[in-house]
Amino acid sequence: MKKQLIALLALFVALAALPLLAQTFNEPFYITLVGRMVIFAIAVASLNLLIGFGGMVSFGHALFIGLGAYAVGGLSFYDINNGWLQVGLAIALCAVVGLITGAIVLRTTGIAFIMITLAFAQMFYFLMVSLKQFGGDDGLPLSQRSDFGVFTLNTDASIYYAALGLLILVLLATYKLVHSRFGMVLRGAKANPVRMAALGFPVLRYQLAAYVMAAAVCGVSGVLLANLAKFSSPSYLAWSVSGELIVMVVLGGLLWRGSMVAMVASPLIGTLAFLIVEEVLKASTEHWPLILGVLIVMGVLASGFKPNKTEAKAAP
Amino acid sequence: MLTLIITQGLNGIQLGVLLFLLAAGLTLVFGIMNFVNLAHGSLYMMGAFFAASAYNFTESFVVAAIAATLGMALLGWVLEQLVIRHLTQRDHLDHVLATFGLILFFNELARMVWGSQPYYMQVPEALSSTVSLFSIDYSAYRLLIIAVGLAVAVGLYVLIHRTRLGMLIRAGASNPNMVAALGVNITQINGILFALGAALAGVAGLMAAPILSVQPGMGDTILILTLVVIVIGGIGSVRGSFYAALIVGVVDTLGRSVLPLALREVFERSTANAAGPALASMLIYIVMAVVLAVKPQGLFPVRQG
Repeated sequence: MKKQLIALLALFVALAALPLLAQTFNEPFYITLVGRMVIFAIAVASLNLLIGFGGMVSFGHALFIGLGAYAVGGLSFYDINNGWLQVGLAIALCAVVGLITGAIVLRTTGIAFIMITLAFAQMFYFLMVSLKQFGGDDGLPLSQRSDFGVFTLNTDASIYYAALGLLILVLLATYKLVHSRFGMVLRGAKANPVRMAALGFPVLRYQLAAYVMAAAVCGVSGVLLANLAKFSSPSYLAWSVSGELIVMVVLGGLLWRGSMVAMVASPLIGTLAFLIVEEVLKASTEHWPLILGVLIVMGVLASGFKPNKTEAKAAP
Repeated sequence: MLTLIITQGLNGIQLGVLLFLLAAGLTLVFGIMNFVNLAHGSLYMMGAFFAASAYNFTESFVVAAIAATLGMALLGWVLEQLVIRHLTQRDHLDHVLATFGLILFFNELARMVWGSQPYYMQVPEALSSTVSLFSIDYSAYRLLIIAVGLAVAVGLYVLIHRTRLGMLIRAGASNPNMVAALGVNITQINGILFALGAALAGVAGLMAAPILSVQPGMGDTILILTLVVIVIGGIGSVRGSFYAALIVGVVDTLGRSVLPLALREVFERSTANAAGPALASMLIYIVMAVVLAVKPQGLFPVRQG
């Protein structure tokens, strides 16, 4: 656990130093590249709360990235560039949509849950595509980046540091949360929902609260993503993005485990690993999705060949 | 107005029948193998490409039908041997991940082989005319789609309820271990079943190819509709997926064509023009939400045990 904490701190120091190095070597491209990874890590961390700790496999989490991005794009469209208002709207919008859709999807479990979260994300995807006033299929360019009064997100580096700071905050908060009574109930509901219900916990209410929280956090990552790209696009909430988010969560869990620190911080590892592989493939071949698809299938097949022995014994 | 509603209603039934061909395969594989196949839409896409290639090469619809159906059954069988059978005992999360990988693979494969431009298949000449029906003219080919879908529905009913294979499939769905203990090769049945599901997706691809543009990614949009269908119908129920497919097909088609016109009667033109398409695109999801709010297991829940 201590070793993993030191490794994590070293990673954060490296991430914090990256923009300075990029500027020194005159390669500002790396600030946007890694900045995008850090922003995605926030979204993946929020999904990790649902999948990793709550056992709720949402295949529609990109919905909240999109809502966050359109909260910025929509307000900016009406010349409102106040960042606090934009973040506030993003959180409020995601929380409300998360509450309504969550109340419906949580009525189901297992595979139906996966399918319905996907369906709701698609519903908003098609809604955004058909809303011609917000650019429809073409997306909505941002005239100006968010202005937070005390600071602005004018430069790529400022967005990078805002995202990094927020990521650290989210990971710390997740660590606190999963150790709290709330987190214990949530993890208990993942392990055995029937027993938790028998113990008198209103499981559904706890899961819904976690769902809304994850939605709101993911919405903020959408705000940052829209600012980084100066663009809000329906493609942010495409189903393939939701799929990639799940891949990143699972990859992180496979690459880094063994302690609570690793479980909480694994989204960062998974995101970096996946997006770096994706960038390398993109740079080397035009047909990168073909190779990426094969890698994912082989990864899933291979991950089953070394089952955890204690778990295998415990199963009846 | 009435002509419009009848024509669009028939179009809705035709879409519903296509959705049923897909939903039946997906729900059978899920109900019996307990496997979540998100790559089912990719099988549909491959079926459409097989059919279009065979048709453009030989000019024969029969050859195209054989290529799509048998080709997809074979592809499904190979896929089951290579990937699916190693995953059926695993968590649903693993199914989702692996089939997500397969979607990426097939979409890009199609792009490599056939290019990203839409690929067209002509409606066979014998069927390119229109038929007069309820005093309106309707495309003969679209009527054929409806007929094929209904025939498949009847065929599946007979297969599942009246044959030995169907009996084993039903038995395997309720207790695979017991069936295996009685000396039935359940792994082989799963292989056949997956190939059957893939062949049904191939039939859907074949029928859709002449009326849609065949292109990479065409399976993704229809996959979502198919998921909505099987969630509404009750996951694992073929009968439920039939009714739900018709409901979704008709609601979606009528919603897109009639709703904007109806809104124009009530609201101002600008409001209706803005709200109509947006509301129409959300309509089936609202239907799904309402169904789930009332019956979380879907309209025709499969009895457990």
